[in-house]
Amino acid sequence: MKKEKKGIKTKKIASYGIMIALALVFSYVESQIPAFFAVPGMKLGLTNVVVLLALYKMGNGSAMAINILRIVLVSAMFGGPSAMMYSLAGGLLSTVVMILLKKTDKFRIVTVSVAGGISHNIGQIIVAVIVLNTTGIAWYLLMLWFTGMVTGAVIGVLGAELVKRLPDKLF
Amino acid sequence: MLYCGEAVMKEKKSLKQDIILISAFVLIGLLILLFVFFTGQNGKSVEVSVDGKTVGLYDLNTDRKVEIQGLNGKNYLVIENGEAYMEKAECPDGLCVNMGKISRQGQSIICLPNKVVVKIVGDEAEESSDDIDIIVK
Repeated sequence: MKKEKKGIKTKKIASYGIMIALALVFSYVESQIPAFFAVPGMKLGLTNVVVLLALYKMGNGSAMAINILRIVLVSAMFGGPSAMMYSLAGGLLSTVVMILLKKTDKFRIVTVSVAGGISHNIGQIIVAVIVLNTTGIAWYLLMLWFTGMVTGAVIGVLGAELVKRLPDKLF
Repeated sequence: MLYCGEAVMKEKKSLKQDIILISAFVLIGLLILLFVFFTGQNGKSVEVSVDGKTVGLYDLNTDRKVEIQGLNGKNYLVIENGEAYMEKAECPDGLCVNMGKISRQGQSIICLPNKVVVKIVGDEAEESSDDIDIIVK
Protein backbone atom coordinates (compact mmCIF):
# COMPACT_ATOMS: atom_id res chain seq x y z
CA MET A 1 0.00 0.00 0.00
CA LYS A 2 2.64 2.42 1.08
CA LYS A 3 4.67 1.75 -1.97
CA GLU A 4 1.73 2.32 -4.24
CA LYS A 5 0.96 5.60 -2.58
CA LYS A 6 4.47 6.75 -3.13
CA GLY A 7 4.22 5.76 -6.77
CA ILE A 8 1.13 7.83 -7.20
CA LYS A 9 2.81 10.79 -5.60
CA THR A 10 5.81 10.55 -7.86
CA LYS A 11 3.54 10.32 -10.84
CA LYS A 12 1.67 13.37 -9.68
CA ILE A 13 4.86 15.37 -9.33
CA ALA A 14 5.89 14.30 -12.79
CA SER A 15 2.59 15.25 -14.36
CA TYR A 16 2.63 18.61 -12.60
CA GLY A 17 6.07 19.18 -14.02
CA ILE A 18 5.00 18.23 -17.52
CA MET A 19 1.94 20.45 -17.41
CA ILE A 20 3.85 23.45 -16.10
CA ALA A 21 6.57 22.92 -18.68
CA LEU A 22 3.95 22.75 -21.39
CA ALA A 23 2.31 25.92 -20.12
CA LEU A 24 5.69 27.66 -20.09
CA VAL A 25 6.37 26.68 -23.67
CA PHE A 26 2.96 27.91 -24.75
CA SER A 27 3.49 31.18 -22.92
CA TYR A 28 6.83 31.64 -24.59
CA VAL A 29 5.51 30.81 -28.05
CA GLU A 30 2.70 33.26 -27.53
CA SER A 31 5.01 36.01 -26.34
CA GLN A 32 6.98 35.61 -29.56
CA ILE A 33 3.95 36.20 -31.74
CA PRO A 34 3.87 39.88 -32.60
CA ALA A 35 0.72 41.70 -31.67
CA PHE A 36 -1.13 41.09 -34.87
CA PHE A 37 -4.44 41.36 -33.13
CA ALA A 38 -6.04 44.76 -33.35
CA VAL A 39 -6.84 44.90 -29.69
CA PRO A 40 -4.01 45.19 -27.20
CA GLY A 41 -4.10 42.65 -24.46
CA MET A 42 -5.81 40.24 -26.77
CA LYS A 43 -4.10 36.91 -26.78
CA LEU A 44 -5.05 33.52 -27.94
CA GLY A 45 -4.39 32.17 -24.49
CA LEU A 46 -2.80 28.93 -25.60
CA THR A 47 -1.79 28.19 -22.03
CA ASN A 48 -5.41 27.93 -21.16
CA VAL A 49 -5.43 24.61 -22.99
CA VAL A 50 -3.13 23.31 -20.28
CA VAL A 51 -5.30 24.77 -17.54
CA LEU A 52 -8.38 23.17 -19.11
CA LEU A 53 -6.61 19.84 -19.33
CA ALA A 54 -5.50 20.06 -15.72
CA LEU A 55 -8.98 21.08 -14.65
CA TYR A 56 -10.67 18.14 -16.29
CA LYS A 57 -7.99 15.50 -15.91
CA MET A 58 -6.28 16.36 -12.66
CA GLY A 59 -8.80 18.31 -10.64
CA ASN A 60 -9.57 21.81 -9.45
CA GLY A 61 -6.67 22.28 -7.06
CA SER A 62 -4.15 21.06 -9.61
CA ALA A 63 -5.45 23.44 -12.24
CA MET A 64 -5.15 26.35 -9.84
CA ALA A 65 -1.69 25.35 -8.66
CA ILE A 66 -0.37 24.83 -12.18
CA ASN A 67 -1.77 28.15 -13.32
CA ILE A 68 -0.30 30.12 -10.42
CA LEU A 69 3.11 28.48 -10.78
CA ARG A 70 3.01 29.08 -14.52
CA ILE A 71 2.22 32.77 -14.11
CA VAL A 72 4.92 33.33 -11.51
CA LEU A 73 7.52 31.54 -13.62
CA VAL A 74 6.57 33.22 -16.87
CA SER A 75 6.55 36.65 -15.26
CA ALA A 76 9.92 36.01 -13.70
CA MET A 77 11.40 34.94 -17.02
CA PHE A 78 9.76 37.10 -19.66
CA GLY A 79 7.77 39.77 -17.89
CA GLY A 80 8.06 41.89 -14.84
CA PRO A 81 6.17 42.71 -11.67
CA SER A 82 3.50 44.70 -13.51
CA ALA A 83 3.00 41.97 -16.10
CA MET A 84 2.69 39.51 -13.25
CA MET A 85 -0.04 41.57 -11.64
CA TYR A 86 -2.11 41.54 -14.80
CA SER A 87 -1.52 37.87 -15.46
CA LEU A 88 -2.31 36.89 -11.91
CA ALA A 89 -5.56 38.85 -11.83
CA GLY A 90 -6.67 37.41 -15.16
CA GLY A 91 -5.41 33.92 -14.46
CA LEU A 92 -6.86 33.62 -10.98
CA LEU A 93 -10.24 35.05 -11.91
CA SER A 94 -10.60 32.86 -14.97
CA THR A 95 -9.52 29.72 -13.11
CA VAL A 96 -11.95 30.40 -10.28
CA VAL A 97 -14.78 31.01 -12.73
CA MET A 98 -13.96 27.86 -14.67
CA ILE A 99 -13.76 25.76 -11.51
CA LEU A 100 -17.13 27.06 -10.34
CA LEU A 101 -18.76 26.44 -13.71
CA LYS A 102 -17.26 22.99 -13.93
CA LYS A 103 -18.52 22.21 -10.44
CA THR A 104 -22.11 22.90 -11.49
CA ASP A 105 -21.57 20.03 -13.91
CA LYS A 106 -23.98 21.56 -16.35
CA PHE A 107 -21.75 23.02 -18.99
CA ARG A 108 -19.60 21.76 -21.78
CA ILE A 109 -15.89 22.36 -21.79
CA VAL A 110 -16.23 24.89 -24.59
CA THR A 111 -18.68 26.97 -22.57
CA VAL A 112 -16.49 26.80 -19.51
CA SER A 113 -13.57 27.95 -21.61
CA VAL A 114 -15.55 30.86 -23.05
CA ALA A 115 -16.42 32.00 -19.53
CA GLY A 116 -12.76 31.61 -18.64
CA GLY A 117 -11.67 33.70 -21.61
CA ILE A 118 -14.02 36.53 -20.71
CA SER A 119 -13.19 36.51 -17.02
CA HIS A 120 -9.48 36.48 -17.80
CA ASN A 121 -9.87 39.74 -19.66
CA ILE A 122 -12.16 41.20 -17.01
CA GLY A 123 -9.54 40.45 -14.37
CA GLN A 124 -6.94 42.32 -16.37
CA ILE A 125 -9.26 45.27 -16.90
CA ILE A 126 -9.93 45.47 -13.17
CA VAL A 127 -6.19 45.73 -12.54
CA ALA A 128 -5.86 48.32 -15.31
CA VAL A 129 -8.59 50.41 -13.72
CA ILE A 130 -6.83 50.27 -10.36
CA VAL A 131 -3.28 50.77 -11.60
CA LEU A 132 -3.95 53.43 -14.19
CA ASN A 133 -6.61 55.14 -12.13
CA THR A 134 -8.85 55.54 -15.11
CA THR A 135 -12.43 54.64 -15.76
CA GLY A 136 -12.45 55.45 -19.46
CA ILE A 137 -12.19 51.84 -20.46
CA ALA A 138 -15.70 51.07 -21.68
CA TRP A 139 -14.41 50.76 -25.22
CA TYR A 140 -11.60 48.53 -24.15
CA LEU A 141 -13.98 46.41 -22.10
CA LEU A 142 -16.21 45.95 -25.12
CA MET A 143 -13.35 44.78 -27.30
CA LEU A 144 -11.88 42.46 -24.72
CA TRP A 145 -15.29 41.04 -23.87
CA PHE A 146 -15.83 39.80 -27.40
CA THR A 147 -12.26 38.78 -28.10
CA GLY A 148 -12.36 36.87 -24.81
CA MET A 149 -15.39 35.00 -26.05
CA VAL A 150 -13.83 34.15 -29.39
CA THR A 151 -10.46 33.06 -28.06
CA GLY A 152 -12.17 31.20 -25.23
CA ALA A 153 -14.24 29.30 -27.78
CA VAL A 154 -11.22 28.41 -29.93
CA ILE A 155 -9.25 27.22 -26.92
CA GLY A 156 -12.32 25.44 -25.59
CA VAL A 157 -12.78 23.40 -28.75
CA LEU A 158 -9.12 22.49 -28.70
CA GLY A 159 -9.19 21.68 -24.99
CA ALA A 160 -12.35 19.59 -25.24
CA GLU A 161 -10.81 17.48 -27.99
CA LEU A 162 -7.68 16.93 -25.92
CA VAL A 163 -9.67 16.03 -22.83
CA LYS A 164 -11.65 13.58 -24.90
CA ARG A 165 -8.67 11.99 -26.63
CA LEU A 166 -5.94 11.92 -24.01
CA PRO A 167 -6.16 8.86 -21.78
CA ASP A 168 -6.79 9.49 -18.10
CA LYS A 169 -3.93 7.16 -17.28
CA LEU A 170 -1.58 9.81 -18.51
CA PHE A 171 -2.20 12.03 -15.53
CA MET B 1 -9.81 6.31 -13.21
CA LEU B 2 -12.65 7.96 -11.40
CA TYR B 3 -12.79 10.57 -14.07
CA CYS B 4 -12.94 8.01 -16.82
CA GLY B 5 -16.58 8.33 -17.69
CA GLU B 6 -16.83 11.95 -16.78
CA ALA B 7 -15.39 13.49 -19.88
CA VAL B 8 -17.47 11.29 -22.11
CA MET B 9 -20.62 12.03 -20.16
CA LYS B 10 -19.84 15.70 -20.36
CA GLU B 11 -20.16 15.84 -24.08
CA LYS B 12 -23.47 14.06 -23.98
CA LYS B 13 -25.07 16.75 -21.88
CA SER B 14 -27.92 18.70 -23.29
CA LEU B 15 -26.88 21.83 -25.02
CA LYS B 16 -29.57 23.90 -23.38
CA GLN B 17 -27.61 25.28 -20.45
CA ASP B 18 -24.62 26.04 -22.62
CA ILE B 19 -26.76 27.95 -25.06
CA ILE B 20 -28.37 29.92 -22.25
CA LEU B 21 -25.01 30.87 -20.74
CA ILE B 22 -23.42 31.77 -24.05
CA SER B 23 -26.47 33.83 -25.00
CA ALA B 24 -26.17 35.64 -21.68
CA PHE B 25 -22.55 36.43 -22.50
CA VAL B 26 -23.48 37.72 -25.93
CA LEU B 27 -26.29 39.77 -24.43
CA ILE B 28 -24.03 41.40 -21.85
CA GLY B 29 -21.54 42.10 -24.62
CA LEU B 30 -24.26 43.76 -26.68
CA LEU B 31 -25.29 45.84 -23.66
CA ILE B 32 -21.72 47.07 -23.33
CA LEU B 33 -21.76 47.79 -27.05
CA LEU B 34 -24.98 49.82 -26.72
CA PHE B 35 -23.53 51.64 -23.74
CA VAL B 36 -20.38 52.52 -25.65
CA PHE B 37 -22.40 53.48 -28.71
CA PHE B 38 -24.85 55.78 -26.97
CA THR B 39 -22.42 57.41 -24.61
CA GLY B 40 -19.90 57.72 -27.40
CA GLN B 41 -20.45 61.17 -28.86
CA ASN B 42 -17.48 62.61 -30.58
CA GLY B 43 -15.21 64.07 -27.96
CA LYS B 44 -13.94 67.57 -27.70
CA SER B 45 -10.55 67.18 -26.17
CA VAL B 46 -7.74 64.75 -25.66
CA GLU B 47 -6.67 64.18 -22.12
CA VAL B 48 -3.22 62.77 -21.55
CA SER B 49 -2.24 61.30 -18.23
CA VAL B 50 0.89 59.59 -17.00
CA ASP B 51 0.78 57.37 -13.97
CA GLY B 52 -2.74 58.58 -13.17
CA LYS B 53 -1.84 62.27 -13.23
CA THR B 54 -3.22 64.44 -15.98
CA VAL B 55 -0.36 66.06 -17.80
CA GLY B 56 -2.16 67.69 -20.68
CA LEU B 57 -5.47 68.54 -22.25
CA TYR B 58 -5.53 69.23 -25.99
CA ASP B 59 -8.24 70.30 -28.38
CA LEU B 60 -9.20 67.39 -30.60
CA ASN B 61 -9.89 69.64 -33.55
CA THR B 62 -6.52 71.30 -33.62
CA ASP B 63 -3.91 69.26 -35.45
CA ARG B 64 -0.73 68.85 -33.48
CA LYS B 65 1.86 66.44 -32.27
CA VAL B 66 2.48 65.81 -28.61
CA GLU B 67 5.50 64.25 -27.03
CA ILE B 68 4.59 62.48 -23.83
CA GLN B 69 7.22 61.60 -21.27
CA GLY B 70 6.07 58.26 -19.92
CA LEU B 71 7.50 56.38 -16.99
CA ASN B 72 9.88 54.27 -19.04
CA GLY B 73 10.06 56.12 -22.32
CA LYS B 74 8.43 58.58 -24.62
CA ASN B 75 5.19 58.29 -26.52
CA TYR B 76 4.44 60.35 -29.57
CA LEU B 77 0.81 61.29 -29.91
CA VAL B 78 -0.66 62.77 -33.06
CA ILE B 79 -3.91 64.69 -33.16
CA GLU B 80 -5.18 65.03 -36.69
CA ASN B 81 -8.56 65.65 -38.32
CA GLY B 82 -10.43 65.19 -35.08
CA GLU B 83 -8.71 61.90 -34.34
CA ALA B 84 -5.90 61.00 -32.03
CA TYR B 85 -3.44 58.18 -32.42
CA MET B 86 -0.10 57.07 -31.11
CA GLU B 87 2.48 57.45 -33.82
CA LYS B 88 5.48 56.03 -32.05
CA ALA B 89 6.24 54.72 -28.62
CA GLU B 90 9.33 53.76 -26.74
CA CYS B 91 7.97 50.67 -25.15
CA PRO B 92 8.76 46.99 -25.66
CA ASP B 93 5.46 45.92 -27.16
CA GLY B 94 4.24 49.00 -29.02
CA LEU B 95 0.68 47.90 -28.44
CA CYS B 96 -0.56 51.46 -28.11
CA VAL B 97 0.54 52.18 -31.68
CA ASN B 98 -1.62 49.29 -32.82
CA MET B 99 -4.64 50.58 -30.95
CA GLY B 100 -5.46 52.79 -33.90
CA LYS B 101 -7.27 56.09 -34.03
CA ILE B 102 -9.69 57.29 -31.42
CA SER B 103 -12.19 60.09 -31.64
CA ARG B 104 -15.20 59.23 -29.53
CA GLN B 105 -15.75 60.20 -25.97
CA GLY B 106 -14.54 57.57 -23.58
CA GLN B 107 -12.23 55.88 -26.04
CA SER B 108 -8.69 55.61 -24.91
CA ILE B 109 -5.23 54.53 -25.89
CA ILE B 110 -3.37 52.89 -23.10
CA CYS B 111 0.34 52.23 -22.96
CA LEU B 112 0.91 50.03 -19.98
CA PRO B 113 4.72 49.99 -19.83
CA ASN B 114 4.87 53.78 -19.77
CA LYS B 115 1.64 54.14 -17.80
CA VAL B 116 0.36 56.58 -20.39
CA VAL B 117 -3.36 56.94 -20.91
CA VAL B 118 -4.69 59.04 -23.75
CA LYS B 119 -8.40 59.57 -23.38
CA ILE B 120 -11.01 61.39 -25.39
CA VAL B 121 -13.12 63.55 -23.14
CA GLY B 122 -16.25 65.56 -23.79
CA ASP B 123 -17.19 69.13 -23.17
CA GLU B 124 -17.10 69.07 -19.44
CA ALA B 125 -13.46 68.51 -18.75
CA GLU B 126 -13.72 65.71 -16.28
CA GLU B 127 -12.56 66.69 -12.88
CA SER B 128 -9.77 64.25 -12.30
CA SER B 129 -9.00 65.64 -8.90
CA ASP B 130 -9.07 62.30 -7.18
CA ASP B 131 -5.47 61.75 -6.33
CA ILE B 132 -3.89 58.37 -6.40
CA ASP B 133 -3.60 56.67 -3.08
CA ILE B 134 -0.98 54.10 -3.76
CA ILE B 135 0.53 52.43 -6.76
CA VAL B 136 1.12 48.83 -5.92
CA LYS B 137 4.16 47.36 -7.54
